[in-house]
Amino acid sequence: MQLLLGIAAFGAAALLVIVLGYVIVRGAPALNRAFFTERPLPFGVEGGGVGPAVVGSVILSVLAGVLAIPIGIASAIFVTEFRSGRLAPAVRFAAELIAGLPSIVVGVFVWAFLVRGLIGNYAALAGAIALAIIMVPIVARTVEEVLRLVPQSLREAGLALGAPRWRVVLSIVLPTARAGIATAVILAVARAAGETAPLLLTALGNAFFSTDLLRPIAALPLQIYQYAASPYDDWHTKAWGASLVLVGVIAVLSLALRLAIRRGAR
Amino acid sequence: MIRVVDRERGAMTAPDAATPPAKPDAAVRIEALSAWYGATQAVGEVSLELPRGAVTAIIGPSGCGKSTLLRCLNRMHETTPGARVAGQVFLDSLDIYWPGVDAVEVRSMVGMVFQKPNPFPMMSTYDNVAAGPRLRGWRMDRKKMDEVVERNLRRAALWDEVKDRLHRSGAALSGGQQQRLCIARALATDPSVLLMDEPASALDPNATYKIEELVRELSSEVTIVIVTHNMQQASRVSQRTAFMLAADDGVGRLVEFGRTDDIFTNPRDSRTEAYITGRFG
Repeated sequence: MQLLLGIAAFGAAALLVIVLGYVIVRGAPALNRAFFTERPLPFGVEGGGVGPAVVGSVILSVLAGVLAIPIGIASAIFVTEFRSGRLAPAVRFAAELIAGLPSIVVGVFVWAFLVRGLIGNYAALAGAIALAIIMVPIVARTVEEVLRLVPQSLREAGLALGAPRWRVVLSIVLPTARAGIATAVILAVARAAGETAPLLLTALGNAFFSTDLLRPIAALPLQIYQYAASPYDDWHTKAWGASLVLVGVIAVLSLALRLAIRRGAR
Repeated sequence: MIRVVDRERGAMTAPDAATPPAKPDAAVRIEALSAWYGATQAVGEVSLELPRGAVTAIIGPSGCGKSTLLRCLNRMHETTPGARVAGQVFLDSLDIYWPGVDAVEVRSMVGMVFQKPNPFPMMSTYDNVAAGPRLRGWRMDRKKMDEVVERNLRRAALWDEVKDRLHRSGAALSGGQQQRLCIARALATDPSVLLMDEPASALDPNATYKIEELVRELSSEVTIVIVTHNMQQASRVSQRTAFMLAADDGVGRLVEFGRTDDIFTNPRDSRTEAYITGRFG
C-alpha cells in the first residue's frame, strides 16, 4: 500500500518535472532579448517576439486582480465572519457554481454582453472582466478555507476586548490569515494568467503593443496559441519560448508576492 | 420582568428608571438569568449579587452552565450562532441587556480571560497589551501607550520577564506567561470587572500558582469572577463561591451561593456538600 502511494506521489512529482523540463528545453532556444522586446513579425521576417503579449498579460492579470480580489475576499469574509444570516450559504453556493463554469462559457458570456454589447468591439477590458469572473470564486473559496483556519479563540479575544466585529476582522482575522490569503491570490492570478479560451472571445490578441483598455490586447496564452497553431517550425519554437515566459512570469509573480508578505510580517 | 434580548444594537441609553439600582456594594447583579444554545437551555434562572472588589468563584462539574453564565456577563454568549439570553444583568446600575445598550460597549467595560491562552500570534508582546485600546480606536501618543503597556504588564506580574523583548512575538512566551499576557491585555482598557474562564486549567502547577497569586493581588482593584472546576483553587482565591449543578433536564442552576468559607466548611445544601467532599463531579 505504502509502495503504491509512493509510486503515485513520485509519478505526480515526475510529471511536473517532465513538463517543466520539456518546456525549458524546447523554449530556451527561442529566448533572447529581442524575443522579450519585439512584437511578433510575419513569417519569413527574421526575429520577432512576445513583447506585446508580456505587456498585455501583465495588464490583463493586474486589472482582473484589482477587480476580482477585493470581491473574492469580501465574499469570503461575509461567509465566514457574518454567517448569522441565510444569505451566506447562498453566496457560497453561487461561488461554487461559478467555479464550476467552463471558462469558455465565461468567455461567451462576456463576449455577448460586452464585446457585442456595451463596448462594441474586442477589448482588453472585456478580457480582464472575463478573467476576473474566473478569479472571484477561486479567491472566495480559498480565502474562506484560510479564514476558517484562524482559531475562533482569537476572534473571541478581540470581541471580548470591546472591538466591533468589523474591527476584529480587519485587525485580527485578516492579519493572522495574511500568508494564506496571499497564497489564494497567487493561485487565482496564476490560473487567470494561463487562461486562453475566454481571452479568444474577449481580448482577441494583438500583434502590436497596446495599452488601450477599449482595444484588443495581446496576451501570452493567445500568442502561444497563435504560434503553436501555425505550420512553421520557427513559430513552434517561439510557442515553446512563449510558454517558458508564461511559466516564468507566474513564478516571478508568486515569488515577489511571497517576499512582500514575508517582509510585511516582520 | 424577563425580556428576551436579541442581537440588535443601538446607541447607549440610560437604563430603565423603573428598575431598582443594584446595592452599592454589588458590582454585578444577575437576575433570573437563563441562557440557551438553540433549543437547548444551558442556564436556568440564576440570580446572584457579586460584591465589588472581591473574587467570586463559580464552581461545579462539567456541563453545569458555569462558563455559559460567565459569558452572559459581558454579552459574549450571544456571539455564538443561535444563542439566546433571558433575564437581567446589571453592571453597577446599567442593565446590559437593555435593548438600547450596545454589546460592544458592555464588553469594553468587562475584561475576559479565556481557558486557553490566546495572545494574538501575529502581534508582539507590546502590541498584544496595546490591542485593546487600539481596537477600540482610542487615540493616544506613543509615550502614553508605553505607559499603558508597562503599567498593565506590571499589574499582570509579567513586566520583569518580558521588558527586554517587548517587541518580539507574544507566541514565543511560555504557556503561563502567555496567560499573564492575556490578563495584561484584558486589564489594559481598565475594566471594572474581570471574567476568568478556567484561566489556569491549561497550565502547569507553577504557572497556576502565579495566576492564583495574581488573582488575589488584582482583586483589590477590579471585581473578579472566576470559573473553575478546581475546588482547591476556588477556596484559595475567592471570597464568595457559587455552586452550580445541571439538573436531570440538563439545565444548569444555582445550588448555593455564599461566603467561600461557609460553602467549603458548612454547606447548607447536601448536593454542595457531596460535590466539595468529592463524592461526584
